[in-house]
Amino acid sequence: MSNIASAFANGKALIPFITCGDPDLATTAAAIRAAVANGADLIELGIPFSDPTAEGSVVQGANLRALRGGVTTDKIFDFVRELRRDVKVPMVFMTYANVVFSYGAERFISACRETRIDGLILPDLPFEEKEEFAPICHQYGVDLISLIAPASENRIAMIAKEAEGFLYIASGLGVTGTRGDIKTDLAAIVDVIRQNTSIPCAIGFGISTPDRAKKMAAISDGAIIGSAIVELLEKYGTQAPKYIGTYVKSMKDAIK
Amino acid sequence: MTNPSGRFGIHGGQYIPETLMNAVMELEAAYDHYKNDPEFQRELSELFNEYAGRPSGLYYAEKMTKDLGGAKIYLKREDLNHTGAHKINNVLGQALLAKKMGKTRLIAETGAGQHGVATATAAALMGMECVVFMGEEDTIRQALNVYRMRLLGAEVIPVKSGTATLKDAVSEAMREWTSRIDDTHYCLGSVVGPHPFPTIVRDFQAVISAEIKEQMLAKEGRLPDAVIACVGGGSNAIGSFHHFIEDKDVRLIGCEAAGRGIDTFETAATVNTGKVGIFHGMKSYFCQDEYGQIAPVYSISAGLDYPGIGPEHAHLHDIGRAEYVPVTDDEAICAFEYLAKTEGIIPAIESAHAVAHAMKIAPTMGKDKIIVITISGRGDKDCAAIARYRGEDIHE
Repeated sequence: MSNIASAFANGKALIPFITCGDPDLATTAAAIRAAVANGADLIELGIPFSDPTAEGSVVQGANLRALRGGVTTDKIFDFVRELRRDVKVPMVFMTYANVVFSYGAERFISACRETRIDGLILPDLPFEEKEEFAPICHQYGVDLISLIAPASENRIAMIAKEAEGFLYIASGLGVTGTRGDIKTDLAAIVDVIRQNTSIPCAIGFGISTPDRAKKMAAISDGAIIGSAIVELLEKYGTQAPKYIGTYVKSMKDAIK
Repeated sequence: MTNPSGRFGIHGGQYIPETLMNAVMELEAAYDHYKNDPEFQRELSELFNEYAGRPSGLYYAEKMTKDLGGAKIYLKREDLNHTGAHKINNVLGQALLAKKMGKTRLIAETGAGQHGVATATAAALMGMECVVFMGEEDTIRQALNVYRMRLLGAEVIPVKSGTATLKDAVSEAMREWTSRIDDTHYCLGSVVGPHPFPTIVRDFQAVISAEIKEQMLAKEGRLPDAVIACVGGGSNAIGSFHHFIEDKDVRLIGCEAAGRGIDTFETAATVNTGKVGIFHGMKSYFCQDEYGQIAPVYSISAGLDYPGIGPEHAHLHDIGRAEYVPVTDDEAICAFEYLAKTEGIIPAIESAHAVAHAMKIAPTMGKDKIIVITISGRGDKDCAAIARYRGEDIHE
């Protein structure tokens, strides 16, 4: 069993996404601590991948900056081990299937357990392929987190029934990134989820303003913020953590 | 060879975002229906024969045979198809399928531009909208094809992300597809990507080996000893191999682009230098580093400049049914020039990789042996780049 449920135990959860090593691991550590100090309930830690096919241009940029900075899977595990001395909130990795596969699934997932990483989000591992890693995740008590998209339709119940940790609902079609109106009937999607599982669900993709976060958290259990934080890192680099702290506070206050 | 979940041995599968799952399942259901529909097959044959100019010839390369002094060499002339390459076979099939599915818009990736041109052509023919993603680097290497696509009414979007080559064009087309699935079909150009693409593309390209078999039996009364084709993703190769896979005495040889050599970092020889991984929707062999980061690959040929290979090829390699050999830029360019001077045929630089390997093995084989080389495309598009390689700057 992971510790993810605790992130949803005190009202709506705020879930920031930060790419490890963008622009360097010291900044990532400061950004995470700033986010946690200002109310983040769960941290989604990105392990960069050379070809992030589910990401929009903003997060693609973070992946490439981090890789150029020399970050690797091994350095990230060392980093998390160090971070865990004082950061207690649940943390999950968000990366791509090949990062886990090439490291060796058991070696990777056992290292997650050892560093108290609570779950894995792999956007290129749909329900039909989850057996690739699910048995090993279960063995080590790491949740394999499922995504639901507006196009999931008839698949929502099937995915929800076997969901672990929390469910990640993408607010719209397409890739990650800040966007205009959210037109999807997300409340209807959440209804189907509620009928099929008791685990929490959070909405991500295109949530950048406190107003949007408030609306999304109102119909679900939490809000995931990704590209908006990456944009602060892109703009302020090593100086970004203080801006991230302020931003996370504004988002957390909005969803309380 | 495909099992129900789209696997070829351990390879293949559907490693794609949830957003695309219903789209690929809809495609699979439609394909399962139409592949057995006589009317669909009749329309496709008509397009192949009346529009694309099939069947393509199986030409006995007598001068080349005599010059090399060994096995008898036949060339399968996919370069003579409409639009100048084998790519049209797959595109006509997929465009017809997309139209039957009610889609009105085709998107595609392209490397050398041949698949983009073929897709733009089919879209023009069938009255569909067309958007082609092409690595910015490739739009420079293949400027003429960019113009051809625009002339055919397609929008060409230069892809600047990553290495700005074929893999990035595939990634960008996948991203575009996730944002617009209702009216859009992703016309994937090779036997790569998530199931059912490797199977669909193979089936539409299998016409190549069906024809080779029939033509060879008519000309020689027997099967060839070896079939040789170039491999990037591997669509012309799988098309050339398909109907011979069960004929165990026919050697199947795929020629990978070794670039400056498989002992350098400037290579695109996936089977020879890569390892098993998961990328672009499939499990297969990929050029990658120890942490699974996809390697920047290199070949003079934009069409073979891809870090992966189709899952069925990966399986044929695993079980030893097909051989995958590396061919360098230098060897391919020499073969390009050789075929032009010897047979009066300018092959695509991609196809020249297959010609180069045939030049190596034909002299070692007896005169009673027969080799078929698939000339997957014509080489007009490559002339400027080859001239530059030889130190000549030509302005078109």
